[in-house]
Amino acid sequence: MADPTRLHAYEMATLLRSGEASSRQLTEAHLAVAEKQNRALNAWLAIDREAALAQADVADMRIAEARRSGADALARLHPLCGVPVGLKDLVSVKGGQATAGSKILEGYRAPFDATVTARLREAGAVIMGKTNMDEFAMGSSTEHSAYGPTANPWNLGRVPGGSSGGSAAAVAAYHAPVCIGTDTGGSIRQPGSMCGVVGMKPTYGRVSRYGIVAFASSLDQIGPFGRDARDAAALLHAVSGRDERDATSAPVPVPAELLDLPSSDDEAAAYLKGLRIALPKEYFVAGMDPGVAARIHEAVATMEQAGAIVEEVSLPHTEYGLAAYYIIAPAEASSNLARFDGVRFGLNDRTSGEFIADYLRTRGAGFGPEVKRRVMLGTYALSAGYYDAYYLKAQKVRTLIKSDFDAVWAAGFDAICAPTSPVTAFPLGAKLQDPVAMYLVDACTLPLNLAGLPGMSIPAGLADGLPVGLQVIGAPWSELSMLRLARAYEGITARAPWRALEPAELELTDDPTTPSPIERMERLTATSAGAGDQSKRT
Amino acid sequence: MVHSGLASVRYHRGMANLTRADVEHVAFLARLGLTEAEMARLEGQLNHILEQYAILQTLDTEHIPPTAQTIELANILREDVVQPSISVDEALSNAPERSASGHFVVPAILGGEGGA
Repeated sequence: MADPTRLHAYEMATLLRSGEASSRQLTEAHLAVAEKQNRALNAWLAIDREAALAQADVADMRIAEARRSGADALARLHPLCGVPVGLKDLVSVKGGQATAGSKILEGYRAPFDATVTARLREAGAVIMGKTNMDEFAMGSSTEHSAYGPTANPWNLGRVPGGSSGGSAAAVAAYHAPVCIGTDTGGSIRQPGSMCGVVGMKPTYGRVSRYGIVAFASSLDQIGPFGRDARDAAALLHAVSGRDERDATSAPVPVPAELLDLPSSDDEAAAYLKGLRIALPKEYFVAGMDPGVAARIHEAVATMEQAGAIVEEVSLPHTEYGLAAYYIIAPAEASSNLARFDGVRFGLNDRTSGEFIADYLRTRGAGFGPEVKRRVMLGTYALSAGYYDAYYLKAQKVRTLIKSDFDAVWAAGFDAICAPTSPVTAFPLGAKLQDPVAMYLVDACTLPLNLAGLPGMSIPAGLADGLPVGLQVIGAPWSELSMLRLARAYEGITARAPWRALEPAELELTDDPTTPSPIERMERLTATSAGAGDQSKRT
Repeated sequence: MVHSGLASVRYHRGMANLTRADVEHVAFLARLGLTEAEMARLEGQLNHILEQYAILQTLDTEHIPPTAQTIELANILREDVVQPSISVDEALSNAPERSASGHFVVPAILGGEGGA
């Protein structure tokens, strides 16, 4: 067997069914590389070897039993049975940590499984551990993790994107074929883009959010990372669908065809014939990397050559999205994060003996700078006298942004293609002191969250050696069509030279002398003045 | 110390004009204990972010209804029957303080002088 970490999940499924590989072998191989390289990448906040191997043994027993029962029983196994997966560290796994990247949840142990966890167990997937993230999923670079940043395997001095940067880097570095992330304004698609992997934010309501730490409840959605469309589709299939425990999960059937994306490149490519693709001119914004624009235009031209019909469209309210988002998301966050009061769980400081002072101390010590900024913004936007000017106004703008997209679907387009991120992975620390510059990185992804639409990022080559992501936007519940489009694009670019490349600095992560991202960040803060977050409390 | 006496502070009505007193008041509303340095930095950063919001005022939205959620689901109901749930012990497993009778021990909120 070739190096098991280079296999796609669907290839693992074949080997597991034929008996050429065991889940224990596959899991051991992935654990070994994740454990070895995590110092240099900091993609994982927890790797649970013992639990993973126990799950692998259970999967091996299930597969052996199915093999004894015959071909039908084998076919009924989910393709992820026995396959290692990683979960962003805001997904509850009973008895395990769920820090959400925050000090305030250090030491917290989840008393129950999230629905996505339960569904992955049902499918027989092997949960390897928990991946790094921006604190409470607030950030675009994973630098806002209380447990140190994650490095990008393509360039260890650069960010992996965020907030699901740990999941994206783990998949890019072959630590797991698939990982779970969450996306509130681009937190799956943007790191997917920057790490050169597939990442999908499904339609709002597609995946139950029971058991994940909430950020902004009208925007949050769980979704898959994979190294190709088929693996992402398999993970989406495993976790999707209505759940009694999340009233916002929609009673929309999950298509079984998600597991039947074509394996043949030519068959996949045929999907593009006659497909109508819209190219929104507002997504090619001033300040975007010319290399990103070039790759996106090339990708679209390639699809056109394969038979797609591409037309430019206008989404006229795009430029208002950022402001609307940065009112709505912090407002909802300030409300959701009110639960962190040190009374029922989490960090607590009861030294003052006076309850309000204890709240102030607990929350002041437990939240990091970006979370504090957002809670402040949200509290301000919802406070007396400002509700109409900010929150209500933003919700009205949200209606306009949604109408822009509705008009594109009404005009008969099958999908919208755009850049995922206007820039490639930026250097560690580059945007840390300028929140607005950091927020701008999500300009092309957050309108979809406002509109509730599914979106995915698929690798579309490199610009100056760094991955560029093509964003595919679909109508509500059109994930299957989007994945077919993504699979078609893989088909027509299967022989492109960049497809064969592995992340450029992955080899360095095997070297114990390579600095960790935490060490890199310490060097940066040591050389820059004004790192005063630890100064004396008033 | 950030304290409840700040409730009387008046907001400045202009957008993107948050004073230091506003920052202190909002921090208190949000129950965030901030250092002097944090408040100084937030005053600048929040004002910079609020400036980005000004673009919204250029849009006429008088007749546009607000969108609070994007999928057409309403009034999701179920039969009122007992469902399996976690045990009291599990629910209390992360509590900093619990009583012998199986309750969270919460700070006293009556009789003190706190409150906004």
